[in-house]
Amino acid sequence: MSGAGAPSAGAAADAARCAQAGESGDGLTVLHERGQRQVFCGLAGIVWLHRKIQDAFFLVVGSRTCAHLLQSAAGVMIFAEPRFATAILQDRDLAGMADCNDELDRVVSELLARRPDIGTLFLVGSCPSEVIKLDLDTAAERLTRQQQGRVRILAYSGSGIETTFTQGEDTCLTALVPQMPASDEPALLVVGTLPDIVEDQFRRLFDAIGFGAIGAPVHFLPARHAAELPPVGAGTKILAAQPFVGETVAALGKRGGSQIVAPYPFGVQGTRAWLGAAAAAFGIAQNKVDAACEASMARAERGLARYREQLAGKRISFLPDSQLEIPLGRFLARECGMELVELGVPYLDRRMMSAELELLPAPRRLSEGQDLEAQLDRLRADRPDLTVCGLGLANPLEAEGLTTKWSIELVFSPVHGFDQAPDLAELFARPLNRRARLAF
Amino acid sequence: MQLTVWTYEGPPHMGAMRIAASMRDVHCVLHAPQGDTYADLLFTMIARNAKRPPVTYTTFQARDLGGNTAELVQQTLKNTVERFRPQALLVGEACTAELLQDQPGALAMGMGFDIPVIPLELPAYTRKENWGAAETFFTLVRGLLRGRPVPERERTPDRAPRANLLGPTALGFRCRDDITEVTKLLASAGVEVNVVAPAGASPADLLCIPEADFNVCLYPEIAHDTCAWLERMFKQPFTHTVPIGVGATVDFLREVGELASIDVGPAIAAAQTRLPWYSRSVDSTYLTAKRVFIFGDATHAIAAARVATEELGFDVVGLGSYSREFAREMRAAAEKYGIEALITDDYLEVEAKVLELAPELVLGTQMERHIAKRAGIPCAVISAPVHVQDFPARYAPQMGFEGANVLFDTWVHPLMMGLEEHLITMFREDSEFHDEAAPSHLGPAARRGGAESRAEATADDAPADASDDELTWETDAERELRKIPFFVRGKARRNTERYARERGLATITIETLYDAKAHFGR
Repeated sequence: MSGAGAPSAGAAADAARCAQAGESGDGLTVLHERGQRQVFCGLAGIVWLHRKIQDAFFLVVGSRTCAHLLQSAAGVMIFAEPRFATAILQDRDLAGMADCNDELDRVVSELLARRPDIGTLFLVGSCPSEVIKLDLDTAAERLTRQQQGRVRILAYSGSGIETTFTQGEDTCLTALVPQMPASDEPALLVVGTLPDIVEDQFRRLFDAIGFGAIGAPVHFLPARHAAELPPVGAGTKILAAQPFVGETVAALGKRGGSQIVAPYPFGVQGTRAWLGAAAAAFGIAQNKVDAACEASMARAERGLARYREQLAGKRISFLPDSQLEIPLGRFLARECGMELVELGVPYLDRRMMSAELELLPAPRRLSEGQDLEAQLDRLRADRPDLTVCGLGLANPLEAEGLTTKWSIELVFSPVHGFDQAPDLAELFARPLNRRARLAF
Repeated sequence: MQLTVWTYEGPPHMGAMRIAASMRDVHCVLHAPQGDTYADLLFTMIARNAKRPPVTYTTFQARDLGGNTAELVQQTLKNTVERFRPQALLVGEACTAELLQDQPGALAMGMGFDIPVIPLELPAYTRKENWGAAETFFTLVRGLLRGRPVPERERTPDRAPRANLLGPTALGFRCRDDITEVTKLLASAGVEVNVVAPAGASPADLLCIPEADFNVCLYPEIAHDTCAWLERMFKQPFTHTVPIGVGATVDFLREVGELASIDVGPAIAAAQTRLPWYSRSVDSTYLTAKRVFIFGDATHAIAAARVATEELGFDVVGLGSYSREFAREMRAAAEKYGIEALITDDYLEVEAKVLELAPELVLGTQMERHIAKRAGIPCAVISAPVHVQDFPARYAPQMGFEGANVLFDTWVHPLMMGLEEHLITMFREDSEFHDEAAPSHLGPAARRGGAESRAEATADDAPADASDDELTWETDAERELRKIPFFVRGKARRNTERYARERGLATITIETLYDAKAHFGR
C-alpha cells in the first residue's frame, strides 16, 4: 500500500502532467512524463511466472477486470485448467455483507481441494484489493497455518497502481526472499526468470568458466519448483538476469547478498560482460571466461552478421513497456548498428541500470514514464524505421505507415545469452523484412 | 468472492468501450488505474482495428490516491475534449475507480463542455460486459434523444418503409457481415435501412433514429433495452426474431412485413438458400440425430438450437448460456428440447457438462472450442467471446439466407465429411484404415495424435468412472470393442457399462456388448 496514504504535496503539480526535461547527476538528459500509460499492470507477469515455477499457483484477489486482463494478455485459453485464477470480489464482499477474509479462506480451501498438486500458492494483490486495504500478507500467514505446512502461501502485489508490467515479477520474487534458507557459503545467485533452455545454457557456461571447480554453486531465482528455493547469505553474490528485479536484489542484499554490477546478458557483448562480471566477483580470471565462451561467441557473431546487415543504420524508437528497453537499445545500437531515436522506459532504476547506461550510445531522447498522446505525437514527427510498442498500439501504428515490433514477444521469448543473440536480432529484423516483401 | 479461471465476459466498462469503439465521433474517458489499457488490444489485435479505441484512461497510481484523483479526472477530461473534439463524451469508471467514488460523470457534467456529456453507471462488482454495452448504448441513445418530439412518419406510396438496425458492436460475433446481409434482406422486402447503430454511427446519426418506422433488434443482449425505450418514447415497434437460420429468417421477414405493413411474400419466394436442399440431400443422412451441445450468448445459442434441430436434424443434448440477463428465454428454449438450460459463467462447469454428455458436436464460443479440442469432439464457434479467427477476411455472416449457408458449412465440416461415415464401417478392417492411421489429407508421414488420440485416451476410450468401477471387460469383449470406429467407441463403451451396471453385471462379455447395442439403438 505504499503511496496510498502518501501526502499530497506534489500531487497537484504532478497532476498538471507537465513534462519536464531534467539533467541528472550522470549527465543523462531524461524527459519525465506523466499521463496516460499504455502498459500492462504487474499481474501480466503471472503469464510467464506460472510457466516457470511449475508447482506454484497464482490466485489474483481482484475484479473481473483482472481475470479478463490475464486471459487477454496471455492471448491463449489453451490450458485445461491453468495454474492461475482470480478470486473475483463481488458487491457483497465490498458492502461488508461477507467478510473478505472468510471468503478468501473459503475460496483458497476450495482451490486447494481441487488442486492437491499445488505446493506454493501466491495470493496476488490487485488494484481493488489494495484500495479496500485487504491485507493479503496476513491472510497468507493465516492460511499457511490453516494448511499446517502442507502448502506454502505467500502474498505479493501485481496491482496497476503499484506495479508496471514486469515489476510484477519483482514483487513476486521479493515475496520469496524471506523464505529462502540461510547459508553464508560462497554461491552465485542469478535472479530473474529465464526460459529453462537459457538457464541450462548458462549453467553449462558457468561450469565451463570454473564455478564448479572453485566450489561455488550457481543458483537461479526463481527455481523451476518453488519448493527448491536457493539459499542466501553473506557469501551470496547476486547477478541480475533481468533489469526489473531491483526490489528483489535489495531484499537479497538485506539477507547478506551483494550485487554484482553488470550489464544484462543480451547480445554477444552483453552476455560476455555479464558472465565476465560474475567471474570477476569470484576471482576467476577473464581468460577462463574467454576460453569458455569462445565457441559460443563465434557462433553468435556468425548468426548476428546476417541481421546486422538488415538492421544497420535503421532508426528505432521504444515505447515504455517492460524495462528491457535500455539493454535492448544498447544491444541494437552497439551490436547491430541501429540508431536510437527515443528510448522510453516505464521508470528509470539507476541502481539496476548503471552498467547499461555506461555502455548506451546516447539516444536522441530518453524518456521516463508516459504521456501517451504526447509520445505518439513525437513518434509521428520522428517516423523511425521501427517502433517497439505494446499490442494495443501496434496495428494502429502500422495503419499509420509505421513498422512495429510488439514488445511482449521480447518478454515471452528466449532472448538472453549467446545462442539467442541472433534470434533477438531477428525479432527486430522480421517486421522490416516483412514490410519489404509485401507488395502493398 | 467467486473463483474464476476463464471468463466469458469482461467487466462492464469493457462493454462501454465496445460501444465507443463501434461508433464515430464519440470519445470515452475512463477513470482507471495503470494496466486497464490492456483492453485496447482486444480491438486492435483480435478485431484488427486500424484505430485505437477512442478511450482515454486517467491512469492513476498509488501515489495519486492520497492526493486529488478528482483533479486528475478533470485534467484528463479537459485534455481529451481539446484533443479529440468528439460530438459526444462518455464518462465512466473501471472497477478500482468505482471504489474511489470520485464521480467522474458528475465532474464532467460540471465542466461546461459544449458537447453532450453522458455519465455512465457501470457497477463493476455486480455486472458484466454485455450488460455494460447495453447500458452504455441505452444511456447514450436516451441522453441524446430524450425530450425530442416523435417525428411525422406518414407513409406515402413513394416512400419505402425505414428500419434501424440496432445492436451490432465492435467485438460482437460476425456483426460486420450480418449488417450487410440483413440490409440486403430488408432491401429484398423493400425496406430501407435508416440508421445502423452503434456500429459505424455518429451521435448525429443517433439523432435520426426516430425517423425510422420500426427497429430491428439485431442483438438483443446489446439493443433490447434501447429498442424497448424507443418503442415507448417514439412509437417504434421492434422485431423479436433474430434471423439466424432459414426458418428464423423467414419468420423475421414475416415480422418485418407486419411491422411495415408490407407484403413480404415475394421476398420469401425469391429467397436463395442452399441449406434446405443440402440438408435433405442423402449424403446428409449421417447427420441424423447427431448429439449436439450448444453454449454461447443467449441469442446465438437459442437460434443455434433451432437450426440444429429443425434444419439439420440434430438432437440438442445440452443448451446453455452465460447471459444471465436472458436466463428466462434460455430456460424456455431448453424446455422445448426436453432438457434443462445450463445458465452459468463458470467455464469449468461447462467443461464438466460437455464431458458428461459426450456430444458428437459442440457449438460454442472460443472457450468451448478449447474444451472440445481437448475432448476430441468436433466443434464450431457460434458466439462471442471472440477470437481473431472470428473476423474472417471473407464474407461470412451468421444471419439471413447467406448466413444459413455459412452455418451449414461451418457446423457440418467439423464432422466427418459427406459419405465417409458409412464407408468407415465398410472399410474398417482395411490395413490403410485403422485407429493409428492418420487422416489422408495430413499426408503419409502424419500419425494420429494430438487432440484425437488424447480424446480417445480421455473422453472416448477410457473406462467411465474408473475410480469406483468394478466392471471388468472380458478380453474378447474388449477386442470386439476395438473394432468399433474410434469416434463412436467411447459411446459404445459408456452405453455398455451403463447397461451392465443397471443390470448388476460384474463382467462384460461380447454378449453384453451386443445386448447393450440392441437396448440403446444407434
